[in-house]
Amino acid sequence: MMKDKLKKIKEEAISNINSLDSLDNLERIRVKYVGKKGELTSVLRGMGKLSKEERPIVGQLANDIRQEIEEELSIAKDKLKEKIKEEKIEKEKIDITITKKTRKLGHRHPLLATIEELENLFISMGFSVIDGPEIETVEYNFDALNSPENHPSRDLSDTFYITEDILLRTHTSPVQIRAMKQMKPPIKIVSAGRTFRFDDVDDTHSPMFHQLEGLVIDENVTMANLMHTIDVFIKELFGKDMETRFRPHHFPFTEPSAEVDVSCFECKGKGCPICNGTGWSMELLGCGMVHPKVLENCGIDSEKYSGFAFGMGIDRITMVKHGIDNIRLLFENDNRFLEQF
Amino acid sequence: MLLPVKWLGEYVNIDEDSKVLADNLTLSGSHVESIISLDKGIENVVVGKIIKLEKHKDADKLFITMVDIGEETIQIVTGATNLKEGDYVPVALVGAKLPNDIYIEKTNFRGVDSYGMLCSLKELGYEDNIIPKYQRDGIFVFDKEYPLGTTVDKVLGLYGEIIEFEITPNRPDCLSIVGMARETAATFNKKLKFPEIKVTNEVEDIKDYVESIEMDKELCNRYYTRVIKDINIKESPLWLQIRLMEAGVRPISNIVDITNYVMLEFGQPLHAFDLDKLKGRKIIVRRAKDEEKIKTIDDIERKLSSSNLVIGDEEGPIAIAGVMGGMDTEVTEETTTVLLESANFNSKSVRLTAKGLNLRTEASSRFEKGIDPNLCEIAAERVCQLVEETGAGKVVKGKIDVYENIREEETIKLRPEKVNNLLGTDLTTDEMIDYLERLELKTSLEGDSVDVTIPTYRLDLSMEVDLIEEIGRLYGFHNIPIKPLVGVLTRGEKSYQRIVEDRARTVLQGMGINEVMTYSFISPKAYDKIKVEVNSQLRDYIKLINPLGEDYSVMRTTLMPNMLDLLSRNYNHGVTECFTYEIGNIFIPKELPIKELPMEKKMLSIGMYGDLDFYDIKEVVQILFERLGIKGYEYVPEKNNPTYHPNRTANINHKGKNIGTIGEIHVDVVENYDMETKVYMAHLDFDEITRESNLERKYKPLPKYPGITRDIAIVVDRDVLVGDLEKIMWKHSEGLIEKVELFDIYTGGQILEGKKSVAFSITYRSYERTLKDEEVNIIHQKIVEDLEKKFNAKLRD
Repeated sequence: MMKDKLKKIKEEAISNINSLDSLDNLERIRVKYVGKKGELTSVLRGMGKLSKEERPIVGQLANDIRQEIEEELSIAKDKLKEKIKEEKIEKEKIDITITKKTRKLGHRHPLLATIEELENLFISMGFSVIDGPEIETVEYNFDALNSPENHPSRDLSDTFYITEDILLRTHTSPVQIRAMKQMKPPIKIVSAGRTFRFDDVDDTHSPMFHQLEGLVIDENVTMANLMHTIDVFIKELFGKDMETRFRPHHFPFTEPSAEVDVSCFECKGKGCPICNGTGWSMELLGCGMVHPKVLENCGIDSEKYSGFAFGMGIDRITMVKHGIDNIRLLFENDNRFLEQF
Repeated sequence: MLLPVKWLGEYVNIDEDSKVLADNLTLSGSHVESIISLDKGIENVVVGKIIKLEKHKDADKLFITMVDIGEETIQIVTGATNLKEGDYVPVALVGAKLPNDIYIEKTNFRGVDSYGMLCSLKELGYEDNIIPKYQRDGIFVFDKEYPLGTTVDKVLGLYGEIIEFEITPNRPDCLSIVGMARETAATFNKKLKFPEIKVTNEVEDIKDYVESIEMDKELCNRYYTRVIKDINIKESPLWLQIRLMEAGVRPISNIVDITNYVMLEFGQPLHAFDLDKLKGRKIIVRRAKDEEKIKTIDDIERKLSSSNLVIGDEEGPIAIAGVMGGMDTEVTEETTTVLLESANFNSKSVRLTAKGLNLRTEASSRFEKGIDPNLCEIAAERVCQLVEETGAGKVVKGKIDVYENIREEETIKLRPEKVNNLLGTDLTTDEMIDYLERLELKTSLEGDSVDVTIPTYRLDLSMEVDLIEEIGRLYGFHNIPIKPLVGVLTRGEKSYQRIVEDRARTVLQGMGINEVMTYSFISPKAYDKIKVEVNSQLRDYIKLINPLGEDYSVMRTTLMPNMLDLLSRNYNHGVTECFTYEIGNIFIPKELPIKELPMEKKMLSIGMYGDLDFYDIKEVVQILFERLGIKGYEYVPEKNNPTYHPNRTANINHKGKNIGTIGEIHVDVVENYDMETKVYMAHLDFDEITRESNLERKYKPLPKYPGITRDIAIVVDRDVLVGDLEKIMWKHSEGLIEKVELFDIYTGGQILEGKKSVAFSITYRSYERTLKDEEVNIIHQKIVEDLEKKFNAKLRD
């Protein structure tokens, strides 16, 4: 009889376990069948009424059944947990196409980013970066650079003056003079910064613009060294497939002087409407061997030392690089412009 | 400068294609800007002769012509009124093609068939600005007979190219056909062929016309004159007109055209006076009297001063020297005798005069750049020769030439070793000499060096290094084998200041702030717009003498106006939120007006509007300072800065020094910048920040012992500053407070009017041991007592 009872408990328990739907109910069923006051226990409590022979058999059976129920419970528990996890995951479904906009990185001004890129490039080539003032003396901006006394660039219609002797620098070249006066050869510097010329604002002109100037002074520095330096720089900046062309030109502070054309950015030298079919982007930079008069003006022996200098317009390089067609954009600081870079 | 290749070909043989010519000249230093084709794509336009001209019966304004074009005679209807029978004209036949894609078809004008069109120069593709005035309103009439049926391209020279050069200011001698011929000959190693200049049939004597010339030697180097008589003013021969038009000059009349022709050919400006209109027989080259007046040939009366040089007759000025002639003595159709001037004026004087009178002319711009005075004679004689050859007049014998400081050839010593040392080449001395001689420089070997004689027209060659450039450019810079620099390897460096600046940019960028850059000059009105007091030091700005308008007239002493300007621009463009910074210089004069260079001080400005508040900008500054290693600064309320909100602004003090201000911009200022939003700004002394920065970081061991956190909630007067409460807490720290965090501020509700509840969480920690509750309690108690004492704080539960 007891065996039947046990079997019945077992069947009932397993059937209940199979239809379980929550962990709470599982616990309730565990308590009900195999708990300390559960049905199985209460059946076993009646074992005293059994014969000596029956007792171990029923005992064994009861233990087997307990074990079986507990196993079933354990399996059911795992299943339930899995099910609940899956339901949770299912419920946590989100629309991954929605965008959150709380984090933001600021944007570097494209022109200043270009300056930094150029400076870092020159630092890697062994040039030190120095700065010069925006307000300069006529002496450093013109006289010491061998600029002819009557040169039109000295006119009030070309240069901003503060007094007869003080002006807004028209190029970064006076930094050369400062470097040569302050440092002893070997000198290897670049300097970038603001420059000013009396130009009304239009698509390609601005009264304030930017240049980068480079200067090398040492013994035995040659034009061949200048050309190599420029060639390396252009290839690093614009790509290994870019060619440079040195055209003789004239600057008062260098002799010989040259302008450098670079392969057309559009067609890379094949010839296209943008470069008028020449294959060259014109006048990317000016350069030359430092004029002996300029060296002497700075107290450097022009028989012992020679050197080269180069200068370029950074606004133009920035514009070429990013395809910007109007220089005004660089100084208007419209957020919608700045955030494109 | 426009160089017609056919004209160039008169002085040097040109076999090369114009493209090859242009490329090589560019590489030897004459930069080609463009190549213009003379071929305008004209087809089927021929020379025809009008053999009959009659009025159209049914149309008042039309004429019917019969035109002989050689093989046949055709009928053409025209509206032109400048024609007569016997004229040779360009005829566009049926099927002809004209520039601008115009095609000629057979037409019918009121019942009369027309088999083509008679053409004006404009219809043949000439620009308005070079078409002679007498040709402007009608059909072009050839100067003489040409074989009928010849295509006009041949007669008008509409083939070949014109090369446009950018001539650098050191080479004024290249602003001439002869100068470019010299460059071409040198570049291609060719021989020059110069015209022989001679005048064969001279009559009478110049003394019969001009008595004497007085010359101001300071402003005039040379004055050379000739006289031409029996002049018949008329159009120049067609070849000469074509030359002028190709070089971009409008033909006027024979005498003027010849002077222009020679100016283009040799680069010497010339002037012709109508001798009969001169008063007296003396020419006086002198400074003008102050207030002296002259009417120039452009029919404008100009007031002169003693800084201007004039050419005068015995009564008054007849020309502004080197700039423009006077109207009274201008060559006109009635002129029969001219005085030809071929002079050399002081370049600075001409430049200042032209500028002062705002009268830039072809002549003045040439004199400004400098001309060899030895050219005066060559040019004048060349004019006389052409006058004779073209039958424009008779040349009078003799000249008057005032020339005392004669420009002579100079010699420069060249060391071949120096050439190779500077260029980085291995040229032989012979090669160098070859290049120099190609340029018509005479050389003689003197031991190890070469003496080089410089022709007087090469104003740019005065030193050895100038000759090195000549050798370099003819050898070709592009042929120099490039070589890396040699010498000690050095690492490029950046100043500490720039490193700090770079770090600051990175930090600011990381916090979502955009970088901007603005002009160094601003409007003085900006100081009113930001409400700066009248006596503020900020108003000690440096003024430009010649600004581009008031908006750019003073050097900024603060970055704030630029920042507000750009915020306003963005706001008014509909940008909803803006958060930007600029690192830039301000300019602080040592005295005004300045006598020496001012101090240039680097500042950082941060500006913003949008869904942000004071604490956003404060946090930015705090994080920036933390990253730059700046410690020990405090925020002090600032009520008196007129640009800012009196109750939402703080000065940042560091070691007793103000290093910046942050706050909300005063509503009046915001209004001045056309905005209706709250605007916040920080304006910091970046030089000071750099000085106080410390980018070094030392490792501090991680805490091994647990911390104890205690909250403290107190009620204080509303005006009490949280910062001051925090100071009390830190004061009692005994090195055990790790962190003080404000976590709640509350007013209203149960809190009395005028009071506020403030709650902090204080974390205590020791790096040496586990703290005991008791020792923390002691500190905590001290803090509470001090808060009660100093701020009348009441502890809340």
